[in-house]
Amino acid sequence: MYKNPATLDHEARAIVDAYAGKSLSPKDKATIPVQDMPSQRSDRRIHNMEEVALGYTENEVRAEAMRCLQCKNKPCTEGCPVSIDIPAFIAEAAKGHYEDALSVINKSSLLPAICGRVCPQENQCQKFCTVGKINKSVDKSVAIGRIERYVADWCRDFDVEPIPEVAAPSGKKVCVVGTGPASISAAADLRKAGHAVVMFEALHKAGGVLSYGIPEFRLPKKIVAHELEKLVKMGVKVELNYLVGRTRTLRQLMDEDGYDAIFIGTGAGLPKFMHIPGENAVGVFSANEYLTRANLMKAYDVQNAATPMYPAKRVAVFGGGNVAMDSARMARRLGADVVDVIYRRTEEEMPARKEEVAHAKEEGITFRFLHNPVAVEYTQDKFQKVTGVRMIRCELGEPDASGRRSPVEIPGSEETVPYDAVIVAIGNSSNPLIKSTTPEIETNKRGNFIVNEETLETSIPGVFAGGDIVLGAATVILAMGQGRKAAKAINAYLATK
Amino acid sequence: MNKILEKTQLSAEVFRMTFEAPEIAQSRRAGQFIIIQLGGDYNERFPLTIADASVEKGTVTIIFQAVGESTHRLASLNVGDSLANVLGPLGNPSDTHKWGKVVCVGGGVGIAALHPIAQEMHWHGNQVKTIIGARTKDLLIMEKELAAVSDELIVCTDDGSYGRQGLVTAPLDEICKEWKPDCVIIVGPPVMMKFASLATKPYGIKTFVSLNTIMVDGTGMCGGCRCTVGGETKFVCVDGPDFDGHQVDWNNMLARLGEFKAQEKDHRCRIGLN
Repeated sequence: MYKNPATLDHEARAIVDAYAGKSLSPKDKATIPVQDMPSQRSDRRIHNMEEVALGYTENEVRAEAMRCLQCKNKPCTEGCPVSIDIPAFIAEAAKGHYEDALSVINKSSLLPAICGRVCPQENQCQKFCTVGKINKSVDKSVAIGRIERYVADWCRDFDVEPIPEVAAPSGKKVCVVGTGPASISAAADLRKAGHAVVMFEALHKAGGVLSYGIPEFRLPKKIVAHELEKLVKMGVKVELNYLVGRTRTLRQLMDEDGYDAIFIGTGAGLPKFMHIPGENAVGVFSANEYLTRANLMKAYDVQNAATPMYPAKRVAVFGGGNVAMDSARMARRLGADVVDVIYRRTEEEMPARKEEVAHAKEEGITFRFLHNPVAVEYTQDKFQKVTGVRMIRCELGEPDASGRRSPVEIPGSEETVPYDAVIVAIGNSSNPLIKSTTPEIETNKRGNFIVNEETLETSIPGVFAGGDIVLGAATVILAMGQGRKAAKAINAYLATK
Repeated sequence: MNKILEKTQLSAEVFRMTFEAPEIAQSRRAGQFIIIQLGGDYNERFPLTIADASVEKGTVTIIFQAVGESTHRLASLNVGDSLANVLGPLGNPSDTHKWGKVVCVGGGVGIAALHPIAQEMHWHGNQVKTIIGARTKDLLIMEKELAAVSDELIVCTDDGSYGRQGLVTAPLDEICKEWKPDCVIIVGPPVMMKFASLATKPYGIKTFVSLNTIMVDGTGMCGGCRCTVGGETKFVCVDGPDFDGHQVDWNNMLARLGEFKAQEKDHRCRIGLN
């Protein structure tokens, strides 16, 4: 049930007032309900690009922080890929000491405003939360991500974020390829150690997937820009329009340009297609293209943007991950009346975050579970425009290698549903560019870089890699964790040189 | 960055521009292209082929036709201005080596992209015959430059105002029949590339075309540039831009080029281009 932000704040205030000055017993804490995230009404937000989740008010963050039991064994921290001392920052937030809370977070993560928004907390910190366990539902865990977001936003809004200290110049030069989450966290840790750090970005704007992929309504671009500015303030140099592998090769960077070490965080940058008939018809887009047009190129702003968007009233989205949800919700905002997400398993197996699925449903996105597209149908004239999707029904069979039950097609159950655009959001494989221009770098059969698990060093000494280029398509926080791990190894490597 | 050093108007719509881009100049090879974005949040990214470059001067030269909003905006820049964002070199270099006898075919502004390919073919010691075509004499570009790297240069104009009257396909067919080239490279408008490829097909001559599809990032990330070649999906930016002209699904490629025609027309009206 939708509650408006004022009501939520009012209810939270009653809780905060009731416990003011008292020390809370675990029993008291258990009576405090999870504080809902205030959000834009769904009927309004489908007409704008503004952020959907509005962020807690101060009363809500205090009330939510009070729910934390301050467990000594910190199971939440165990679940965090970058091991943030979660109980410690929540304790500060409960007292209203947001600067101190940020200092705790910053010891482990430089991007709380981003992670608070896009981390799948229900599979990480909140999954292990004792409060959730007591209530037998992860939905009732302490809303760690929402508190993290509040702390980060508060400190940014009041301009009290500390710029991390940079050690005296080490005399070493490191370059970071890519400017997405893995690269950002690596660059920060490398710079802190006193190395000269240059980041290379192929696009005309930095941020990687945070800029081109995740939509404004889920992650405002001003927040991404702000995080990148912090790096620049630390002395990191960002070179845009620079494609490593083409503008310069890895070898040239090492042998001619004098870099002592390289971190590659180029992500999983090649969209997968389904290899079904009609996939190259007019009106079929990869999610990357669709979202890049809308986000990076601002094509949603039809009056101002030079980049066009394909007009569509009925849109099919293939896939069931977060990118599929982003694409579907973007299509709705760009004027589609019907947006169907076509996914071959059931809602339970869908990899998208529950919150994103819920948001999508509120926005009128419909789901065709247990359906698999077999062909895209299009006009048989010179325009080759999409007219529909031929799909077949599936049922769930035995679990596959990933542990998920695999879909089995039901013979004779094919049907054609009319659509005028299709967005393919079934994941990315790795970009072949660096490999093709640096053949000696070892990759697995999927094209991901093979690295030493401890140091993330590739088969070329001094060249390290992390994030999706190693993991295959994963999450922002896992990429960040890898960036930090690699930076630590690079710092150790450079200390021996 | 990317300061414009020279600008010449070659015809009513066609411009030559030379700008600073030392790293691109050094790395580029024949057949590669760049992507330009003219700054700000709202300008689009668009690909243009490299017509020439100088490693010594650290410059890149492009020749482009002002047809849409972005190329008009590019044409409005002058010597001393800078191009906000230039990425490159992109795509795989053309397969230039000692083939023996090579025919280079260029049409319209595609002639500019053909130039570095013909040049490299010449350097590799090939016998090079070049055919270039334009609608009319005034639109013909780079005749001298191509003559300098070709053993024979044939010029065609649709209206007969210069050289042979007619399309490039007629002399191409004759050369295929009589000279039996080992390789044909075609760069030009898509319809011309389609028919020129059809012309070489009966002779079974290896034929390359350089595709210029719709593109956003140019690095493999968006897949907007994809085309169907030999029944498989290929990305022009990472698999191309050169493909076997006999394998390209031209109808699909032409349809995909028209993907945003309606919106572009609408946009041109709103910004007063026509």
